[in-house]
Amino acid sequence: MKAVAFGQYYPANSFVHRLDPRMKLLFLVAFIVAIFVANNFYGLAACAAVLVFVIAFSRVPFLKVLSAVKGIFFLAIFTGAINVLFHTGEKTYWAGPAVYWNWGIFCVSQEGIVFSVFLILRLLLLVLCSSMLTYTTTPVSLTDGIESILTPLKWVKFPVHALALIMSIALRMIPTLMEETARIKNAQTARGANFESGNLFKRIGAFIPVLIPLLLSAFRRADELSDAMEARCYKGEKRTKYKKLRFSWRDLVAFLVMAAMIAGVALLRVYLGEIL
Amino acid sequence: MRIVAEHLTHIYNDGTPFAAKALDDISLTVEEGEFFGIIGHTGSGKSTFVQHLNALIRLPSSKKHFHKKRLKKGEIPPPATVLKVGDFDLTDKNTDFYALRRSVGMVFQYPEYQLFAETVKEDVAFGYKNFYGKGKPSEEEVTTAVRGALEAVGLDYDEIADKSPFDLSGGQKRRVAVAGVIVTKPEVLVLDEPAAGLDPLGKQEMMRLLHEIHGSWCKTVIIVSHDMDEIAENCTHVAVFEEGRVRYVLPPSELFQRAEELLSLGLDIPLTAKLVSALKRRGISVDCDFTTEDFIRKVLALRGGGA
Repeated sequence: MKAVAFGQYYPANSFVHRLDPRMKLLFLVAFIVAIFVANNFYGLAACAAVLVFVIAFSRVPFLKVLSAVKGIFFLAIFTGAINVLFHTGEKTYWAGPAVYWNWGIFCVSQEGIVFSVFLILRLLLLVLCSSMLTYTTTPVSLTDGIESILTPLKWVKFPVHALALIMSIALRMIPTLMEETARIKNAQTARGANFESGNLFKRIGAFIPVLIPLLLSAFRRADELSDAMEARCYKGEKRTKYKKLRFSWRDLVAFLVMAAMIAGVALLRVYLGEIL
Repeated sequence: MRIVAEHLTHIYNDGTPFAAKALDDISLTVEEGEFFGIIGHTGSGKSTFVQHLNALIRLPSSKKHFHKKRLKKGEIPPPATVLKVGDFDLTDKNTDFYALRRSVGMVFQYPEYQLFAETVKEDVAFGYKNFYGKGKPSEEEVTTAVRGALEAVGLDYDEIADKSPFDLSGGQKRRVAVAGVIVTKPEVLVLDEPAAGLDPLGKQEMMRLLHEIHGSWCKTVIIVSHDMDEIAENCTHVAVFEEGRVRYVLPPSELFQRAEELLSLGLDIPLTAKLVSALKRRGISVDCDFTTEDFIRKVLALRGGGA
């Protein structure tokens, strides 16, 4: 009954949503490459500009996209702090001493500060672009895309289809299992189970009455599903697709944007050199 | 315990693209001692409503709720939500929800899937230990309570207590699960489709058990059901839910006289009501309360009168 907001998919009907998932995966890879090719702030700015365009064309609210950063907030701060403390350098970017503070192996320098800001920005862009993929692509079309991209591996006898099937069943079952968990949790709460107080061990212990029925039902479901598939003569290979993936003019546009981005970032790297 | 709900609204995932209104300003009263039935389609809000009764779905605090909504000039403030179960005010955040859950037992759909313990006794004792744990119930107290609950659902304690709940038959599992809820002697017992998936005999047996429990253990019983015969035979009052609203609250004898309306809502009617309307079409009117027993008696009386 409850519509489970699974993963991060943000339903909308936009240019980005309607792109072929393979194109989006490719775009993501290209974007990550571009972020790492960029070795100065202009390069990162170019990446960020492309990202802003993508977000604008995806009709996913800006704040919603930014909320993806919450998960890595501490990681970003930690990375930044470590780099400020350990990165040494003599370059100066503004008036003042090149090294502010020095104690044993620790040192705070201008270069260190600039470098860690650069790293944090890189990290944020990485997270934002990969969350854009999950915001605009349903898990199902994502697995379709992955399967299609991995097809060449079939030549080396890699079970691509089975892998894709496992992935899509797993994804399909996540909301079901979440619903089941909520149901069992409710039932045990009604019997006075307490999941909210007590120390860590007590809380883990409190989940046993939820986990056991949950595991049992997961196994039961797996059995039922495999029986149902066999009863309908599921054979695996040589199946046609309900939704065929097709490249369209949108994907061509995305491809051109991607090529331009890579070229631009590479040029910025060649002509402007390292961190400015 | 009397249950009063007024202007109760619930929206799942409020404020997201997945928002779904499950309850839309419903008002409903269940008197103490009733055997209350709730019917309606899937997604009509039945389950959402009953989950409110022991605060598995919590209401936003009424005061806060009121402050939050800034009223425009001349706008009438929305009527305050009231939800009371006996003396428990569920709109108040400071209510002791623990005590509430002890007084309102809840049996979910297919309750046998929540069994987890190694033995039947342990599983049934789970709720009892949770609710009376602070007073450290002695082993004898627990055993007495478990024995009582198992016997109330028609199982033999000595035979079954040390078995694994997973070795029992489906019907036995379900009874054990019900025992696990009534072991705390709740005043109100809520059951979501208690007879679903049982064979006809099992269904009858389950309803008979519920009547026994209603008499001796729990003063008020509320069942959510799809089975109209079950409702017609057992309930004192029935609430019909439709798209998050309460369409009727009537005793079954009056409700099923509106057979046409129920059918137009896409709901089924009990066999007796079908027979009554079939007879009516042939010009025979039977005035019964739609229980099988009464129907047979009235029809026999008709025959006797006609002959």
